[in-house]
Amino acid sequence: MASELHSAIVSPKGVWWSPVGTQEKRWITIAFIWCLILFAMMPFWHMKGGQNPTGIRSKVDPIEFVKRTDRFIQDYKVGEENGFPVVAPPPGSDIYLLARMWNWSPVLKLKKNAEYTLHLSSADVNHGFGLFPINVNVQVLPGYDYALRVTPNETGDLRVVCNEFCGINHHLMIGKIVVED
Amino acid sequence: MSDTLQSFAARFRKCPITGLSVDRSAELLIKVNAVVAVVTFLIGVLAALGLVLTRWQAIHLLDASMYYRFLTAHGLNMLIFFIIFFEMAVLYFAGPVVLNSRLPAPKMGWLAFLLMLAGAVLVNWMVFAGKADVLFTSYPPLKADPNYYLGIILFAVGALIVCGLFYASLAVAKKEKTYEGSMPLVTFGALTATIIAIISLLHGAIIYIPTWLWSMNLMPMDAQIYRLIWWGLGHSSQQINVAAMVSVWYLLAGLTVGGVVLNEKVSRTAFVLYVLFISMASAHHLLVDPGMGPAWKVWNTSYAMYLAVLASMIHGFTVPAGIEMGQRLRGFTHGTFEWLRKAPWGDPGFSGMVLSVIIFGFWGGITGVTIGTEQINLMAHNTMRIPGHFHVTVVGGTALAFMAVTYYVLPLIFQRRVAFWGMAKLQPYVFGIGITVMSMAMSFMGSFGVPRRHWDISGAQAPFHVEFHPAVDLLQAVFGIGGLAAAVGALMFIASAVVSVFFGKRVTEECIAKGLPGIPQGVLKLPSQTYKGSMVERTHKTGTPGTVVLVFIFLACFVLYYFVNWKLLSVLWKIG
Ligand SMILES: [Cu+2]
Repeated sequence: MASELHSAIVSPKGVWWSPVGTQEKRWITIAFIWCLILFAMMPFWHMKGGQNPTGIRSKVDPIEFVKRTDRFIQDYKVGEENGFPVVAPPPGSDIYLLARMWNWSPVLKLKKNAEYTLHLSSADVNHGFGLFPINVNVQVLPGYDYALRVTPNETGDLRVVCNEFCGINHHLMIGKIVVED
Repeated sequence: MSDTLQSFAARFRKCPITGLSVDRSAELLIKVNAVVAVVTFLIGVLAALGLVLTRWQAIHLLDASMYYRFLTAHGLNMLIFFIIFFEMAVLYFAGPVVLNSRLPAPKMGWLAFLLMLAGAVLVNWMVFAGKADVLFTSYPPLKADPNYYLGIILFAVGALIVCGLFYASLAVAKKEKTYEGSMPLVTFGALTATIIAIISLLHGAIIYIPTWLWSMNLMPMDAQIYRLIWWGLGHSSQQINVAAMVSVWYLLAGLTVGGVVLNEKVSRTAFVLYVLFISMASAHHLLVDPGMGPAWKVWNTSYAMYLAVLASMIHGFTVPAGIEMGQRLRGFTHGTFEWLRKAPWGDPGFSGMVLSVIIFGFWGGITGVTIGTEQINLMAHNTMRIPGHFHVTVVGGTALAFMAVTYYVLPLIFQRRVAFWGMAKLQPYVFGIGITVMSMAMSFMGSFGVPRRHWDISGAQAPFHVEFHPAVDLLQAVFGIGGLAAAVGALMFIASAVVSVFFGKRVTEECIAKGLPGIPQGVLKLPSQTYKGSMVERTHKTGTPGTVVLVFIFLACFVLYYFVNWKLLSVLWKIG
């Protein structure tokens, strides 16, 4: 142990590569173990946990994605609300939600405990998918199709809030998802 | 011969407090960079006032376009201009001044300063003219005026030059043997900050130059690739702040209470961990992006980020332990916490530094690691939890540390007594508590799904109505009050700093001897910076029991917060 101590503005002289004090060493060991736990939790959740942002990721031309969404709306449209098509796709199907300045289309009607593959993309700039009030958030980018397998576990009347700045009317960009029994 | 001596005397000033020879050109560059830092800080604070009074929905001051314009200006002036101008001052201090050496090529320092100033003016002009309503991140395809990107490029080039000058002064000091042994820890920390700065600024060049060309329709731009590389700048630049802030912690620990470096090996290795692992950690901004797979996300946020987290946890021990040991060496040896109770809480240099350690470590570190976890990020991405996190790291941590060190820079470099000394003593508390209250309210709002960067969460004219939890109203009021307190604290700092610089009374040996107000106690009587002999042996035996208690309280909070978040995640929709 050093018999001299100095502050951080003093140049250390001679060999300062000296042994570490016991308390310091213990803390570093514990901190390192904690970091290993932090490291292990993410792969662990991929194996055992139910919420992972993995998805099926591919590139897509924005125009092509708009076409796919239109086709999807045509196939399963059941009505209209506030000028937006309401779509009720069958459980297990691929479903589409298109973000563009400044709305989410269509309104989705889903079944509780059924799995869907939710395709998210943008026709113009970055948007943010924020499922309210259950608080699931992902980034939505033009040119990229983010397809997440989702299983709603509760009935409810949900909102999709845009949470990435997308221009002056960003705050008006609120969509709707309904989950029924 | 006398000519050389004369030119030496003209070039240097002997600091009566630290005994260092201070190169006048380095000193002048410290001054101008610090002054511009405070001016940009003032712009940032005024913008912040507008933002707080708008997001506090009961007041909702600004209209939508002004809100986003202020938000853009706030981010740029705070995160880029204020902090980097201040860091340039830190580099001129940690290089030539601490090493007792001359500044090579001071003209390059002025060129760099002018480039940075031109960049900052150009960017602010574009923003306030409404030609760059793209927010701090400017994600394409949102587009700003080409001059906006050009301004950022000019600023970055200037900052790169200053990093180069810092290396040159290290080389000169080494060659001219202005110090013995290894460079001091503060300089070493600043050195790691410049390495991280160069990594960040290169990412900045790689992304802003193509974006500039894209803004003139000269090339295409992929939205995901932009985000990937931009965060190599955006996140790493926050790591410059961390390295600079930790260096300032060590510096102030020494100046205020004679805090020591427990072990040079440990502290320096921790700084090296920042350099090695921090750039990849910018991946945690892309955890819920469509462009990258889980292996990439987990790898980059885990091995990289957690080794940097380890570095912070090491400094989180060694800084308070160094203070504790310094205090024990000065005779505060009773019980576990006498060293803390009898610390100079009325010295804003000390209180600001300690608050910075606590706010950054406790609230900032714990929230940051938790929401930067791949899956937990699903509940946090782009919600108010994100700004709630970085206002305690960058503002409560870095900005507060920089304020604290300013109270020592004023008498030591500007040679002025601190104006409004009574107010200055309170300032770190007002600012620190305000920013903590504000950030905690933001974090909780985010847990209720309140988005960040959002003018109006009432959804009044939206196609579908959205109703937030009633607690959000209360949290908004808490957020507003905390934000206003922080703004008051910031203005107190600005008032004190500006008046000291331009109208402050000169620090003379006489007023130091008399102990007049406006001079921090570390300047009145610099504590011992080296300790030898039996006292050291004895203190080594006691160790730092107080710090051990504190770090375990910290760890318990960390573990609790982390696993509560996993629990909350587990009840959501199944997603995969
Ligand atoms: Cu949007």
